[in-house]
Amino acid sequence: MVDIVTSPARTEPARWRAVVGPELAVVAVGLLAAIIFPDDLGFITRINILAIFTLSLALVVGQAGIGTLGQAALFGAGSYAAALWALHVTPEPLSGLLIGALAGAVVATGSGLLILRTRGLTLIMLSIAFAQVLLEIANKAAFVTGGDDGMADIPVNPIFGVVAFDFHSRVGFGYTLAALVAVYFCLRRLVASPFGLTCRGIKGDRLRMRAVGAPVFRHLLCVYALGGAVAGIAGALSAQTTQVVGLSNLDFELSAEGLVMLAIGGVGHLGGALLGVPAFMIVRHVTATINPNHWLLVIGLLLVVTVLYLPGGLYGVFDKWRRRTERSGS
Amino acid sequence: MTLVGSILIDGTAYAMILFMITVGLSITLGLMHVVNMAHGAFAMLGGFAAVELMSRLGLRFELALVIAVVATALVSVPIERFVISRVYGRPELDQALLTIGVAFVAIALVNLWLGASFSSIDLPAWLSGPVDLGFRSFPRHRVAVIVLGCLVSAALWLFIGRSRFGVKLRAAVDNPGIAQSVGINTSLLYSLAFAIGAGLAALGGIAGAELLPMEANYPVKYLVLFLAVVAVGGQGTLFGTFLAALLLGLVDTASKYLLPDLASISFYLTMLLVLALRPQGLLGRKDVA
Repeated sequence: MVDIVTSPARTEPARWRAVVGPELAVVAVGLLAAIIFPDDLGFITRINILAIFTLSLALVVGQAGIGTLGQAALFGAGSYAAALWALHVTPEPLSGLLIGALAGAVVATGSGLLILRTRGLTLIMLSIAFAQVLLEIANKAAFVTGGDDGMADIPVNPIFGVVAFDFHSRVGFGYTLAALVAVYFCLRRLVASPFGLTCRGIKGDRLRMRAVGAPVFRHLLCVYALGGAVAGIAGALSAQTTQVVGLSNLDFELSAEGLVMLAIGGVGHLGGALLGVPAFMIVRHVTATINPNHWLLVIGLLLVVTVLYLPGGLYGVFDKWRRRTERSGS
Repeated sequence: MTLVGSILIDGTAYAMILFMITVGLSITLGLMHVVNMAHGAFAMLGGFAAVELMSRLGLRFELALVIAVVATALVSVPIERFVISRVYGRPELDQALLTIGVAFVAIALVNLWLGASFSSIDLPAWLSGPVDLGFRSFPRHRVAVIVLGCLVSAALWLFIGRSRFGVKLRAAVDNPGIAQSVGINTSLLYSLAFAIGAGLAALGGIAGAELLPMEANYPVKYLVLFLAVVAVGGQGTLFGTFLAALLLGLVDTASKYLLPDLASISFYLTMLLVLALRPQGLLGRKDVA
């Protein structure tokens, strides 16, 4: 309820800082990380991609309250579509992104027609079932998708015909960071718009929104399709930067991990996705090298603590700190 | 004919195990409205407790089974009271995330304690080997599981339908607020129902260890399977869960025998079909709004 009232849609005319400030912060942090850890660019690229994927969840789950556990279906659809496009039509990367977004949106619309009519456990189970059926189809249709082996050596042309992808994934890093910032910028506009406000209204009270005349189902379908497009872009980026597509891109684990990353970062805000993904990935990277079991213990405890004591996630902590410093500053 | 017989026996045995494990989950969902993603952990706990009791202490299978079931039920009480009860009434997402966190912790602890390898439960002589049922012989274990499953369902049905506890339980499912105001101690009821569900899950886990082998990853590996049974059956209905377990158990077994390539897809398609036609589950009540 609180987040509806303090919605950015009602804030006073924006200064430049409010317009692109958060995007600049993402760029700054990304570049800083790349400068400090030049040997881990592949890892940072992966974080960028997962951040886009988790942004799609922040939109669908966090804003519209669609509790899906099948988001990997849309990520996978994007990555398979982009891979097939590169293999059979053209290896030009930007058109591949577009195709990935389209594939994600189409799959989301198709599954949304069924999934979004339900809620609660039924919605969770339908979204899982849909993703699993898609996974099995990708597994069985080996003549198109490569089945269990997936597809490797996906060709990628230089971006704009100039900037070629390199072995150290320097270009991959810049490319995914640019995509992340663009997606973040668009989604922030969307969330601040009346469209986003309606989403939060539906999340808060579906019945009342219907009573005031909002087309609830159509609205949910729209936001789910948009989320699908974003997840599809993430999938396409994954296909293009790793040049490999496999069944793990459709896996239940990916859906669940995305949700966990979002929860740790903070569900109710897009920034939660951007904080949760690096936190999750870095903690995993560090603990899993010590002992994979410790990793599961850490993530389990992290989840319990987040839900019980930090309902706003990392973003909630960050926001509180920011407000306090702003108040003491002025 | 023998194929049909095998499918029926194996499928029904599988269904009984699914029912025993998931009935507690269904009750928790109907009663406390919590999707308990950690429910499978109780089945795993029971299974590993039985293994340990038999191998370390050399107890007989029957005794180990009883102790493991009781111990699991006891362990579940503080988990419900101190962790899970704190998200009653919170959004579903919070509940799901908290309980999956609990499941992760359980997996990690079992892993640290016993290692990641599979553990099999050695069945006593009277449960292993074949048994002749007149027209052909079947594995004794499957037949025993079916008998056990039928006994448990009948006992539960009588217990919830006839006992005072059952009356209170049904009242609390129908309307927790009114139940509380007529003097039913709902939080005690919640703890008891949770413990019974956990104990039954342990029983199902031990009885079903031949079909769903014990391993540290158990709660997450079979999570979707357990949730599917509850969703298809309709939350909070005993008979619905039973029907759903039977349906999914038979479909899964039949497709494993007949179309091994398409086993997983036919399971999920069955679930999709049922939930598309009846979003509230086979016997669930219609959701408002």
